[in-house]
Parts: sequence; structure tokens; C-alpha cells
Amino acid sequence: MTDILTVTDLKKYFVVGRSGWPKRESITVKAVDGISFTMGEGETLGLVGESGSGKSTVAYITVGMYSPTSGSLKFRDQDLFQADGKRPIRLKKDIQIVYQDPGSSLNPRRTIKDILKMPLQLHQPGKNRLEQIVYLLDIVDMPPEYMYKYPYMLSGGEKQIVAVARALATDPSLVILDEPTSALDVSVQAKTINLLLRLQQEFQLTYLFITHDLSLMRNVASRVAIMYLGKICEIAETADFFQKPLHPYTQMLLSSIPVISEEEEAFKPKKVISTGEIPSPVNIPSGCSFTTRCPFVMTVCREIDPVMVEAGPGHKVRCHLFTQPKLATVEGLG
Amino acid sequence: MNEARPLLEIKDLTVQFSVFAGKLQVLDGVDFTMYPGEKVGLVGETGCGKTTTMKAILRVLPSPPAIISRGAIFFGGQDVMRMNEEDLSRVRGRGISMIFQDPTAALNPVFSIGEQFGYVIKYSAPPGKSLTKQEIHLRAVNALQEVALADPERLLRSYPIQLSGGMRQRVCIGMALATNPKLLIADEPGTSLDVTIQDQVLRLLRTLVEEKNTSVILITHTLGIVREMTDRVYVMYAGDIVEMAVTKNLFANPLHPYTQGLISTVPRLTGGGIASGIPGRIPNYLTPPPGCRFHPRCPHIMDICRTEKPPTYRVNNDHVVACFLYQTENRA
Repeated sequence: MTDILTVTDLKKYFVVGRSGWPKRESITVKAVDGISFTMGEGETLGLVGESGSGKSTVAYITVGMYSPTSGSLKFRDQDLFQADGKRPIRLKKDIQIVYQDPGSSLNPRRTIKDILKMPLQLHQPGKNRLEQIVYLLDIVDMPPEYMYKYPYMLSGGEKQIVAVARALATDPSLVILDEPTSALDVSVQAKTINLLLRLQQEFQLTYLFITHDLSLMRNVASRVAIMYLGKICEIAETADFFQKPLHPYTQMLLSSIPVISEEEEAFKPKKVISTGEIPSPVNIPSGCSFTTRCPFVMTVCREIDPVMVEAGPGHKVRCHLFTQPKLATVEGLG
Repeated sequence: MNEARPLLEIKDLTVQFSVFAGKLQVLDGVDFTMYPGEKVGLVGETGCGKTTTMKAILRVLPSPPAIISRGAIFFGGQDVMRMNEEDLSRVRGRGISMIFQDPTAALNPVFSIGEQFGYVIKYSAPPGKSLTKQEIHLRAVNALQEVALADPERLLRSYPIQLSGGMRQRVCIGMALATNPKLLIADEPGTSLDVTIQDQVLRLLRTLVEEKNTSVILITHTLGIVREMTDRVYVMYAGDIVEMAVTKNLFANPLHPYTQGLISTVPRLTGGGIASGIPGRIPNYLTPPPGCRFHPRCPHIMDICRTEKPPTYRVNNDHVVACFLYQTENRA
């Protein structure tokens, strides 16, 4: 599998204000704080995280809404962020996004026809628009009459399907799905996900799938990365990630999911129960950012931020339990 | 079941909303009963009428446009529809408390937590008894400690914007339980919270209601939460109760085709792919389908379903379903 996206030590810091008199230091949110990963052509990489994890920021940088503070993002070996700060238009068309809230991502004052026309005009000038729009609606199983409707006339699920059609208008290779079904009811979610999976097959799409719903992730992603306060804690193939979660935060998240069968209940990790609040990204704890909630915290964790190590084939984790195993056994946790 | 008198009884509740285009037939004869000490779930998707049902209990449905055309609601044996304002104000906040999905919207941003708590405690005191400032403050501090919030004194001086989502929800729970209500209605209490925080908040809620023996109605569309938090569940579809069972039994043996469809569409942590979902969409409330409201989407549809509304059948003790597939059973 060739790599379609290579992210190296990506950082995005936002300066959000200044502290009070007399120091007046800038207050910085380290939304993304040094992440590296690759995506293979045709795969679905799942990105999981809670508030403040930085997963949406990663999405917005990839699609070009933000430029990184430092680090690099390469799409098929081409740097996405050139020296002059402008992304070439052919790269823009190749990477598209579907947002979480269909209610606000579609312009309420435009018809579906106008909403779909815009990306077509930008990326495929001088062609038969009507035909193209009918085609787009057809591939998402929507009747052509819908093009004359306004977003308010559609249900949440239907709006989201329009958002998917819009993303496909430019014939992209990589589609970022930012919580595409979180705002939808469970039965509509199933239909939408099935549509996304079918489209992936039909158009050989690569998906960066962001969600907090781990049960959904389990059935959609080929690999999963989990983020906490701007850093990746663990990344592995899906089956491995769920059957052998290594990072304490991964275990905590998995143990918190409400499930509907005894079988799933037995599958959840038992050792780590959720405690503590997610720290504000303005005030990240020193050393490893998870120290305030980690049941296995050691002295070294508060002092040194762990680095990513390979814990198994295709399974990486960023935790002193694995980078400093000697210490772990000495402190009786082995 | 229980021979004690029900705490809450809703009978044949029928609600319409008067809109420009006509009348939306939102609730179509809802029956709901609960006994003291129970934790009952009300499950359904967006727009099925669960919040409307709960708002009707507290008589906070805006009227117009809401019209309660039929039905009765009894709380503690008293007819809520016929209560005067004074009696009703004693029920709201004291007999029955409510917590909402979005704690940020439920808290007033321009008042401190202490002021909002104080208001709730002061106005929920039994009539004729007024509390001193110190007594109110002490009760507020106790309530915050009960919801496991650290440094209650400082918290009471803070404003909602200074708190995280999980903390705000705990404050709302604290406020709702500070008045020792007999019944707590929790409308999607964990939905706007992060998963790890949701887990903590829901576990806390369960501990507290069990300690205080408060009855709870938990409204949600998340089946996993219903399974963990309730003893009995009502399933609602398009303004009708379609099934009711002891929670364990509902998941082990769902009877109504809608319930079966709903359970099958939940993705499993253990894998198994994505289900195909329930075809069709929820009906138009202006012109709902005749007969069973679910019939256009039902895989087991029969002729009678298109013309007649199914009555409720009792399949087992404590498992009732409104579906003609079970018409050989006894009526409930």
C-alpha cells in the first residue's frame, strides 16, 4: 500500500490571549503538539479523542483551513504547505471534508443545486453543470428533484448526505469525515455509514474518520489512533487496538463506553475506570499529559514526556510503561 | 409487579401542536406508569415525542401551540391537569425535578452557581418555613459535596462559564436533588459530555438516586445507557409507546419490529460490521399513517396494520407490546 499522507511532527499552537499584569505572558493552546502518522491509500484511519484532544485541528490543517505552527504534511510526497503559504488548487481538490453538523455546514440561503455547483465551478470549469449535479445526487441515492430544495427542507440525515455529495464533487482521493454521524439518530447513522463505505469502494477513497464513538470505529476503521491533549497516545490496527489496548487512556475510554450486550460488557477492559477531569489545553500537566488521571502514574511520568515506541507489529504506544519497562517492574506494576 | 400505588400515571395522553399548516398529531394516546423507587427509561429517536411527554407532566408545554386533547396525568394520586398554580409550583422542583441535556443552557450565565443554588433551595422550602442565608448556604455546600465536586465554597462563587461541561452537569444534578424530589426526570443527561466524563456523571447519578431512593425517568436515544441505568424501559416511536419491558428482557428478547430494528443498528464493540438500518423515515406528524404508525417501515407488515391501530398485548409478566404480530396474546 502506498502512503497517501505523511504527517511528521505536526504542531499547531494558538495564542489565545495574555495573562494579567504585570507579566503579560501569552496564553497558548497547544492544540496539536507533535504528532506523526501515515495513511495508506484506500485505508480508513480512525482518529479518536475527547474534548481538547486536537483531532478536529488535525482535520482542519489537513484540509487547509489552518497552517501548521511547525512540522510537515505531505500528500503523495508533495508538501501541502508551500513556502508561500498557498496550497495549489489541484491539491485542494484532492482533499475534502465532511463536517459534523450538517445544519451549519450547508448554506441555508442556497438551494442544494447551488451548494453542489460551487465546488464544480471551482474545480471543473466549463462543463455541463446540471448533468454533473444529477450524477452527484445519483451516487448518493438522492432523487434529482432534491436539488431545488433548501437545506431546511431536509432531515439531518439527508443534509449530511448532501454534504457527502459536495465533498465528492471534486473527485477527491482523501476525504476527512469529522464526526459525520454524531448529530444523527442511530438508524439514520447506519444508512449514512453504509453509503460512505460503498462510496469508498466505488471511488477508491481514503478516509480519515474522526469520531468519539468507539463502537462505530470498531466496525469502520482499519487502523485507529487515539489522541489526548494534542498528542497521539496509541496507534494500531483495529483488531489489536480493541483487543489489546495498551495505553491507560485507551483502556479508560474503552471501559467508559455504554454497551448493549453482555458479550460487549465482558470485552471491555476492567482495570481502568474513568476518574478526573480532562485538563484545559491551556494548562497541560508537565511530563506526560495524562498524569492527573492515570492509575499507573510513576515518578518519571511527571518529569519526562514519553515518546512513541513500537510495542508490537504495527502497534505503537507513547507511555513510560513501555518506554521504561524496567522502572515499571521496579515500582511493582509489571 | 408492584402492589404499591403508582407514583406517576399517564393515561391516554394525546397532544397536538397547532401550526400554520394544520395540527401536528404529536402524541397519540401515551400510557406510562411508574412506581416509587423505580428507574424507568424512555427510549426513542429524535422527534418521537419523549420530551413532549415529560414536559406535559410538569405542564410546561407552551400552550398555544400545544393542545392536550385527551388523557390524564396523576402524580402521587393527584390530577396534574386540574391543579391550581400554587399546588403545581409545589410539584415542580420539589415533587418532580428535571435535568436537561445541555447543562450550559440550563444554567443562567450571568448568575453565580451560589445564587442559582440559593434560588432553588429557597423556593423549594416547605411553605411557611423560610430558611436563613446560612442554612441555604450550608445546604448548597452539602449538595455540591454529594455530587463529588471539590472545593464547594469556591464553586459557589464561580460562574457557569468557569466550569467544565462535566462539572456543570454535576451542578445541575446537585440542584435537582437538593430539593429531595420524589421523581427526577433526566433528559439525555450524558449526551453533551465526553465519554469518560459521561461515564463518571452517570455512575454518580445512579449512586445518588439509589441512596436517596429517588424515582427516575431517564430519557435517551442511547440504548447502552438505558441498559446500564434502568430497571424498566418504554420504547417510543412517532408519538406511541410501542413496547415496555424489564430492561434485561427488552435487550434479550425485543418484540416490536421497531425495537428489533433499533437494537440491530447499534454498532458492537466486539465487531460485526454495520447493520443496514431501518428503511424509510419517521412519519409526517401532519398526516401520520393510518393504523400502526410504524407500518410503512415494518418488515412484518400485515393488512390489518395499515388500517387499525394495534392495542397493547401482554406477552409475559412485565412485557407488553403494541403490535398485531402478538394478537393471539391477552390484551394488556
